[in-house]
Amino acid sequence: MATTPSISTAARAKYEPIIGLEVHVQLLTASKIFCSCSTQFGAPPNTNVCPVCLGLPGALPVLNRKVVEFATLAAMALQCRINETSIFSRKNYFYPDLPKGYQISQFDKPLAELGFLVIQSANGPKRIGITRLHVEEDAGKSLHEGFAGAADSTAIDLNRSGVPLIEIVSEPDIATADEAYQYLTALKEIILYTGVSDCNMEEGSLRCDANVSVRPVGQEKFGTKAEVKNVNSFRFIKEAIEYEIERQIEVIESGGKVAQETRLYNSVEGKTYSMRSKEQAHDYRYFPEPDLLPLVVDEKWQAEIRATLPELPEARRQRMVTEYGITPQDAAVLTETRALADQFESAAKAAKNPKRVANLVQSELMGRLKAKGLDIEHSPVSMAGVAASADLVESGAISGKMLKDLYNLCFERGQDFLQVYDEAGRPEQSRDTSALEKIIEEVMAANPKQLEQYRAGKKTVIAFFVGQVMKASKGQANPQMVNELLARKLATKLNS
Amino acid sequence: MDLNSLTIDGARSAIASREVTATALAEAFYDKIAKEDGAIGAYLTLCKDRALAKAAAIDALAEKGEPLPPLAGVPVGIKDVLTTRGIRTTAGSKILENFIPPYTCTAVARLEEAGAVVLGKMNCDEFAMGSSNENSAYHPVRNPRDTSRVPGGSSGGSAAAVAAGTAIATLGTDTGGSIRQPASLCGVVGLKPTYGRVSRYGLIAFASSLDHIGPLTRSVKDAALVLRTMAGRDPMDSTSAELPVPDYVAELDKPVRGLRIGVAKEYFEEGLDAEVRSSVEAAIQALAGLGCEVVPVSLPHTAYAIPTYYIVATAEASSNLARFDGVRYGYRSKNAATLSDMYRRSRDQGFGAEVKRRIMLGTYALSAGYYDAYYLKAQQVRTLLTRDFDEAFKKVDVIAAPTSPTVAFRLGEKSNDPLAMYLADVYTVTANLAGIPGISLPCGENHEKLPIGLQLFGRHFDEATVLRVAHAYEQTRSAQSGVQ
Repeated sequence: MATTPSISTAARAKYEPIIGLEVHVQLLTASKIFCSCSTQFGAPPNTNVCPVCLGLPGALPVLNRKVVEFATLAAMALQCRINETSIFSRKNYFYPDLPKGYQISQFDKPLAELGFLVIQSANGPKRIGITRLHVEEDAGKSLHEGFAGAADSTAIDLNRSGVPLIEIVSEPDIATADEAYQYLTALKEIILYTGVSDCNMEEGSLRCDANVSVRPVGQEKFGTKAEVKNVNSFRFIKEAIEYEIERQIEVIESGGKVAQETRLYNSVEGKTYSMRSKEQAHDYRYFPEPDLLPLVVDEKWQAEIRATLPELPEARRQRMVTEYGITPQDAAVLTETRALADQFESAAKAAKNPKRVANLVQSELMGRLKAKGLDIEHSPVSMAGVAASADLVESGAISGKMLKDLYNLCFERGQDFLQVYDEAGRPEQSRDTSALEKIIEEVMAANPKQLEQYRAGKKTVIAFFVGQVMKASKGQANPQMVNELLARKLATKLNS
Repeated sequence: MDLNSLTIDGARSAIASREVTATALAEAFYDKIAKEDGAIGAYLTLCKDRALAKAAAIDALAEKGEPLPPLAGVPVGIKDVLTTRGIRTTAGSKILENFIPPYTCTAVARLEEAGAVVLGKMNCDEFAMGSSNENSAYHPVRNPRDTSRVPGGSSGGSAAAVAAGTAIATLGTDTGGSIRQPASLCGVVGLKPTYGRVSRYGLIAFASSLDHIGPLTRSVKDAALVLRTMAGRDPMDSTSAELPVPDYVAELDKPVRGLRIGVAKEYFEEGLDAEVRSSVEAAIQALAGLGCEVVPVSLPHTAYAIPTYYIVATAEASSNLARFDGVRYGYRSKNAATLSDMYRRSRDQGFGAEVKRRIMLGTYALSAGYYDAYYLKAQQVRTLLTRDFDEAFKKVDVIAAPTSPTVAFRLGEKSNDPLAMYLADVYTVTANLAGIPGISLPCGENHEKLPIGLQLFGRHFDEATVLRVAHAYEQTRSAQSGVQ
């Protein structure tokens, strides 16, 4: 947990934070951006390399078309304007894992600009601008451990050199650490929907730097910003930003000046530390990459790419609420990943009551999948099975308790629902109402006050009775039957 | 038969007709190199075993009477900025003293596929930066016509070997005149094709937007043959053009009558040696004598070419040479305590003075706050220079000019005066900035018997017309003077 400097709430309220995020996302292409080497993660060091990504003299980059398609698709999903012509530039700096002494990136003419996404902020939906989205190559990796000689030397693994990245730069529209968290969550969700990245932070396929500054409320000019790097989870980014806001306020409140610098977040201590000041910062000497032609994504190509754009999460949620009559909360959960939403929709379409499917997926399926560490694509219960089971509950053929038992069997055996159901001899819940009627009588007798309220016209109390009956039946009762019988019994009480 | 003075055609037909074997031809060249290259210094590395194996393969083909590829058994030399798999490639620099590339430059690979036998790697100015070949980290090259004089640069070894008969043809590179100027100074033919005509894959970059690979040969026809072999789209070079390659050899004998030859006054102003001027003017008259129409044209931005060139070229060089950092390959200083110390010492000790000068110039030109005034401005002037040529080529088919303002100068004469050295490129850098083809071919000698070169420029991708005019002039000249 972040250990924040102790500034008073009053001091905190005098300042307004300004936050912008730079997110690097690795694209899921099979080969690298400028050569045909594999992008596979975890290969033995320096095995996915060739003269191009090793930066050998004389080797030249050739742009991977798939990278352009993926980057453009992501840009479209983020509502960006696609620049028909964009330019690759060289970003020059020396670093051991940067084999050419420059990174091929985009500078003054990026692939896409002027996008946005919508987050759920504390004050409702908020639009966060996206300044630009550009394409670039990744550098290699410096290894400090895990090899012979690690005690007194550093080794370089260039497998990652030339892996395609997009960098997505937000406008400084983010006002709180929580909004930053929401932005990243929304961004990740959208990118995942497009399928162009797995956004896996542990493997480095999603990385985030935060530019943070504070200014006195009412001041127009931005304060001096610090760039926080090296943060490897959304939670840590939130913590790092929160720490940085308070640190800067404290600096100003105690009469100091915020330094423009790069800071690293230490997640163990929950603090940021100065890495280098802007005075020591690089002059990257950008200039257009002469080894590559300008990148032209013309209207025709854009249309082809746009045709592959899937329905995006927000639009999908709204449609699902209307189409299936589920709640916005249900829709939010069920659209968490594109696969889950796809699976839910196929079950919802096959079942009689989509709302029941929504409940069933959330209450019976997701928890069991999580416990088993499975994703929805590897669920033992297929969507046809979900639909069938939902219909069985819907018709009253099986009870909720029976459904739970059957699902447990499915997950134990790794079998689909209908197979387990058939093998269990297609059980049906008892239609005998006498036992249930007895329970209802007992519950009514035990709760005279509520019965009185019902008589007085408070109809909502019926839900209380349903709950009590279900409890008394240990969840075995068919809710539909409980409702029917209760309604009948209560009606007789009303007349008596 | 004097094997060492054969042209490509001559060598190929001698091998095809079994007058000589490719092996014997290669041996003859190695003998001559052993005897004479010590005084010239054109070669940096020889690869005799590899060459003889290649020659033996050609001989086996000839013995079976199978059709021979177009450059079968032709002994060639490769400038040492072009990578050759398994053969040390130094770029004339100490920083790559022990660098053995794991891959071969596309242009070289295409020559080898066409049967050429690579004898070795040619000396050059370090990273192709220089106009006299005195910037080689190994040893200078001397002009075979007068060993007290430079062969020109940076492809000095490539030009000298052809002039000395220690290779039939060589490959050079031309970033600001580095093929044409040494060709002129050594009295051979040197062709810089259009930018994008020949793949740059495997060319150790000096300035990527200006670098070209081209042949140095004894005749225009040989240059056409080598170009035909190397030219054409290469999927490994994004800037190589997706255009069909004409049969340059077949085009050579088309008549030149009626072609319009442009002459720009900007190429005949102050600084041009009087003997060079009269020789080039005589050559233009000879073309008129062949029925060409001589038309005055103007290339008004020519005066800005040298400063423009030295900004663009050094800026790109400062970035291209960043990879030589001692980390992965090449020279690494042993006595460094920290990473930045290792970078500094390795580069300080590994690079020569001229290379360091250009890296510093280029770094400065790209620096924040200077970019617009230098690099961006230079690119704008470059556009104007290109437009000059576009305009001129609406009126003419080819432009004739001197290649070098002087004949070969003496070793040491300009080596302490970088500016004087940079002006050696004054007539050649324009073609690199504009990306148009240019050829230099011998058009006479001065009173000291030092060669003078005629330069011809053509439209983008119109090497065929440049070669055709050059060939016609060469035929006339040899008929008149009995020079081969």
